[in-house]
Amino acid sequence: MTNYINVGKNKEKVDALALATGEPLFTDDFFLKDPLHIAFLYSPHAHARIKSIDTSEAESTPGVALVLTYKNTPRVLYTSAGQSYPELSPYDMYMFDEKVRFVGDRVALVAAETLEIAKEAVKKIKVEYEVLPALFDIEKAEKDGAPVLHDGDEHTLISSAIYKPEKNLVARISFIYGDSKKGFEESDLVEEATYYTHNASHCALETHAVKATFDQYGRLVLITSTQVPFHTRRIVSSVLGIPISKIRVIKPRIGGGFGSKQEVLFEPYVALVAWRTKRPAQVVTSREEYFISGRTRHAMRSKIKIGAKKDGTIVAMEIDDLMNAGAYGPHGPTVLSNTGAKVLPLFNKINNVSFFADCVYTNLPVGGAYRGYGATQGFFGLNQHIDHITRLLGIDMANFVKKWHIKSGETSEVFKVIGEGKTGHEQFVTSCKLSECIDAAAQVIGWKEKRNAKRREGDKFYGVGMAVATQGSGIPLVDMGGAHMKMNEDGSFNLHVGATDIGTGSDTVLAQIAAEALRVPFEKIIVYSSDTDMTPYDVGAYASSTTYVSGNAVKKCAEKVASQILDVASEMFECPKEELSLGLEKVIHEKSGRMLSFKDIAYYAFYTKNQFQIEDSASFVSPVSPFPFCATFAEVEVDVKTGIVKPLKVVTAMDCGVAVNPKLAEGQVEGAVLNSISFSLCEEYLFDESGKVKNASFWDYKAYKTTDLPDIVTILVPSFEDFGPYGAKSVGEVAINTPGPAIANAIYDAVGVRMYNLPITPERLLKALKEKDIS
Amino acid sequence: MCEVMKMKANFKINGKNFEFEFPPHAKLLDVLRENGFTEVKCGCREGFCGACSVLLDGKLVNSCMIYAASAKDREITTVKKIGTLHEPHPIQEAFVEAGAVQCGYCTPGMVLATYTLLERNPNPTDEEIKEALDGNFCRCTGYVKIIDAVKLAAEKVKEND
Repeated sequence: MTNYINVGKNKEKVDALALATGEPLFTDDFFLKDPLHIAFLYSPHAHARIKSIDTSEAESTPGVALVLTYKNTPRVLYTSAGQSYPELSPYDMYMFDEKVRFVGDRVALVAAETLEIAKEAVKKIKVEYEVLPALFDIEKAEKDGAPVLHDGDEHTLISSAIYKPEKNLVARISFIYGDSKKGFEESDLVEEATYYTHNASHCALETHAVKATFDQYGRLVLITSTQVPFHTRRIVSSVLGIPISKIRVIKPRIGGGFGSKQEVLFEPYVALVAWRTKRPAQVVTSREEYFISGRTRHAMRSKIKIGAKKDGTIVAMEIDDLMNAGAYGPHGPTVLSNTGAKVLPLFNKINNVSFFADCVYTNLPVGGAYRGYGATQGFFGLNQHIDHITRLLGIDMANFVKKWHIKSGETSEVFKVIGEGKTGHEQFVTSCKLSECIDAAAQVIGWKEKRNAKRREGDKFYGVGMAVATQGSGIPLVDMGGAHMKMNEDGSFNLHVGATDIGTGSDTVLAQIAAEALRVPFEKIIVYSSDTDMTPYDVGAYASSTTYVSGNAVKKCAEKVASQILDVASEMFECPKEELSLGLEKVIHEKSGRMLSFKDIAYYAFYTKNQFQIEDSASFVSPVSPFPFCATFAEVEVDVKTGIVKPLKVVTAMDCGVAVNPKLAEGQVEGAVLNSISFSLCEEYLFDESGKVKNASFWDYKAYKTTDLPDIVTILVPSFEDFGPYGAKSVGEVAINTPGPAIANAIYDAVGVRMYNLPITPERLLKALKEKDIS
Repeated sequence: MCEVMKMKANFKINGKNFEFEFPPHAKLLDVLRENGFTEVKCGCREGFCGACSVLLDGKLVNSCMIYAASAKDREITTVKKIGTLHEPHPIQEAFVEAGAVQCGYCTPGMVLATYTLLERNPNPTDEEIKEALDGNFCRCTGYVKIIDAVKLAAEKVKEND
């Protein structure tokens, strides 16, 4: 571990300078020649059938090239979830349907010479709706007589999760091991509570943008802000009936994703406009459009019941989750399963567990992938409930978690019974430094001195709280990453990966891994990523997979290339390959002390004898999903007069294995931490009675900016994951799961009030304080 | 096609004179981007996120909130005037070095905000940095490394002077 020359080093992000100097790298920075601009007509009703739609006036507007509605678009069911095939999300959407299912659902689009003309023409489309009763309450979704959203041919491709659209059921996932009923009887203490997490917007600074044009063969080229270029190609092909061979998807630089772009939201529309008109076409969406018709974090109700012995042994646990899919089900089954699959294994010594979870349709904006992906929802309640139980038992939560959390070498029943949306398989934790994380973060926050200290200065109450979480590193036996490398004369290497850098720095991390395997300086690797014509397949940027899954593919690929280099050197030296080893940019024959530079080897291979291109490719799919772990400790100030919670210090200690690039890893943690704080205290979708988002703008939604910042501290705890490339596992998502519950627990420590609902706004907290008569 | 009335105006952008034609209601952001100044990013069109920051006569503004017509004959500075890929400014180098660039969509605006801050205050405190950057939204970094970058930039700028 100590002799790494690239791994574990703070290499500068390969694209950072170009981004900092404003080079044209994002989708909307690419100019098409005379493109058609696309504007959408969105439904004003939460639930309605289109009785008639008259597009004649829009179509005859000068400058309008094409109007699309359900009448002239493919009647093909699909899911916009960018997942591996067969997707676990239900096929429940058409490009346009005769029915609309939420305010913001798509009714029609206009493609015109300018965006202004397209928007004006949208207003000229006359739609007569038969308004249907709307369903907003998840608790009523499965009741008899509830409005049914999906009453056609909607279906799932694989039937492992129960799908019953006639009951508004997107997915039901349940499992039992042991006997929780008996466990509760044997418990000294049984506590039940219900926790709610809410919708949230990803707020990627770059909104969704797609540009479509044609190459010299007349093939469709899509430049798009996506996390999933290969899934996008496949889904566009299947919806539009255009062969995959006729589609190229290019992912340029992406202005943030966080799950929002693991969604094939606009590509089929832009592709169809271009394909029909044989003209370039583009859509660049507005912030408001994303709030109203994009994707959101699934809101969830989580009922948790825990039975424990006086000594802290948890005997039984029951979890009953009800998740709001909104009007369609992309990612519904998988996010739902993660609320158990990623959460329950953390406390693996509970012998009696019952998990029951439903995800239901409502006439509200559509849930999708969002950093944390169900684990966030699950860990919010669980961490608060553990805080609650340990307080009742008089046990320190930090010590409790250290004693009971899953350890290296251990397994969990949960792994076997549940995977991501389907049956899981046994696996063992191969690295876990959660206890070390807890100790490190506790020390920085001053846990021993500050916990239960009841500090108060006037109206300001102070408290500390903690939370822990895990996630995964890719989806085992599903997620696949591919890499290709070739060597150039000067001993540099082109690295081609399908892995999708959306701002995370994965191009840099993967280059570091390749450089490590080849023993060359990082600068010798030239990365090109995510272009379906030019790079190998990769699932894309999601499920915390890139460093681990794609990283292993890159390592494997680079090792194969290194082997070829040794083959050439062996031919040049006329000695057995086994006598050779890699040095820094050279091959060493230890016996004789002779050396060959990579440059000499490359020239030989290109020009001298038995010429060939030194190159290779590799793919990687993992049988396991190594778990990253983190602990967050937070200190808050609660003003009991105003209800304002001010997070003072938020310390997160992370076990992500070996951090390939510590600075980038810290950046992942810091971004996730602030997103979680902002989500927990401030960000919220507000709906009016008709189900319309009332605050569809940055000003009215309000995510944290610099002046809202607490002191954010990140500690990368030394760790090594045997399955990981050079000991690495994932870091992208896990830290979004802990700051929220840590803050909620800190609020309890400060004022003795349990906050079951997010976000913890001043209004909500004041109400709760009043109920407890605290001032 | 309906002809939209257009107007013409002169701008001095990054030290060069330009004449652009645009509808009277066009925002400066769109006129700049349509004429190739794509380093000016669009994040919200509501003056919240600062991705579209430019300097108008040396003052930091959101170009999405300004009519292009009102910037007529005035001096506009984008991040490219601060420094380029081949000749970067110490502030841009500091952002790279500090790990402050993740997706990079906010970075041109952040660099301009830092530039104006350091111009008026070469030794900003953490609180002053936070206040100066409060008009610029970033979802990726949690701002921690961005604040580091501003501090590093302050050092670098001083060294260069």
